[in-house]
Amino acid sequence: MERIPILKMGPFLLVTIQIDLYDRLALDLEEDLVRMVEKTSAKGVLIDISAVTIVDSFMGRILGNIASMSRLLDAQTVVVGMQPAVAITLVELGLPLNGVSTALDVEKGMALLKSKMLFEEEEDEQEDDAGIN
Amino acid sequence: MLVNITSILKNKKADILELWMKNQLSNPGLADDLISNQDLRSQSKELVNALVNSLNENNIENSNSSDFDQVIEILGGISISRARQGFSPRETGFFILSLKETLLEILNQEISDVKELFVQSLRLSRLMDNFTILTFETFIKGREEVIMRQTDEITDISTPVIKVWDGILALPIIGTLDSARTQVVMENLLQEIVITGSSIAILDISGVPTVDSLVAQHLLKAVSATRLMGAECIISGIRPEIAQTIVHLGIDLSQIITKATLASALQYAFKSLRLEVKRSATDTKLFNKLQY
Repeated sequence: MERIPILKMGPFLLVTIQIDLYDRLALDLEEDLVRMVEKTSAKGVLIDISAVTIVDSFMGRILGNIASMSRLLDAQTVVVGMQPAVAITLVELGLPLNGVSTALDVEKGMALLKSKMLFEEEEDEQEDDAGIN
Repeated sequence: MLVNITSILKNKKADILELWMKNQLSNPGLADDLISNQDLRSQSKELVNALVNSLNENNIENSNSSDFDQVIEILGGISISRARQGFSPRETGFFILSLKETLLEILNQEISDVKELFVQSLRLSRLMDNFTILTFETFIKGREEVIMRQTDEITDISTPVIKVWDGILALPIIGTLDSARTQVVMENLLQEIVITGSSIAILDISGVPTVDSLVAQHLLKAVSATRLMGAECIISGIRPEIAQTIVHLGIDLSQIITKATLASALQYAFKSLRLEVKRSATDTKLFNKLQY
């Protein structure tokens, strides 16, 4: 059975979708990814959809779901490399994916995830400091 | 005795052309700067020839007859070319109406019986009226083509995407935003984001005359699509009256970064890209010297 590979890169998970997603594949990806986040206690998930040219409302919802589920497991989701046509379609479908962070390419997405992690650590430290005082 | 109108016209072809030319040239409204006498004469000659040759007793009542295909084609060609050259409707109208007048004048000379003259004039009038209507239809179609082409050109040229800095795009929007234009603007912008790898886009709406809820919705769409691509979108150039309208209409733009001027949007973009614009050292010295 076809599966989309999920790669572990340090504290992050990298998913590159190279084919157009059909519903079954998208559902499998959602399940695999959530399990993987739990297993590796990843801090961030990066989904590269630069090769996806067709998108429907189901696919848009799955992306939103993955982001919400990951957040519950304390991982940030960044979607990178969306094609202009896909972006326009999602907006026209009324799915602006408000909860999902986005970046232009994998490199910028990684930088964004790292800066988010740093930001969280700083917050934690500040809270710790406050606790001591 | 039945008068054969077609044979009269056929015999009088040269007279018709001469009289028609005289009628046309005597019209004070003739735009002789747009068309030379020679061109006018050749156009007129072509039309008279085609009309007289294709006319017979059977088809005079029926302007839709395929016998007139050539006449219709010539008329269509003339009126379309006139529309493009910028002739006024009056001039084009006079062109075909003066032909009718000329034909009736010729009939008047040839037919002595008043009743017969009336009947034949009526038939000829009807035919020519149909041709007039046709001319106008084509004329207006020609004008509409011109307008359509101009509209297309305006949509094309009015949405340039400017790269103002490495990673910063600006898009000045001039004129009203409708859904067709938003589509073009959005596509151009997203395409340019991909090509240049820019992370900030500034939509400047200082050239948009009014913002209603529909335009605001289009703007929101463009901003959402840009965000989905992974870039940030700033809207700048909001004039005070537009700010008033937006608030009065109850449009929520709080999710969007808005700035009053392109300059302040650029400043914000520099800040978020951690860029700094400084006056160079020598200039600062000069500046200080000038002050004291």
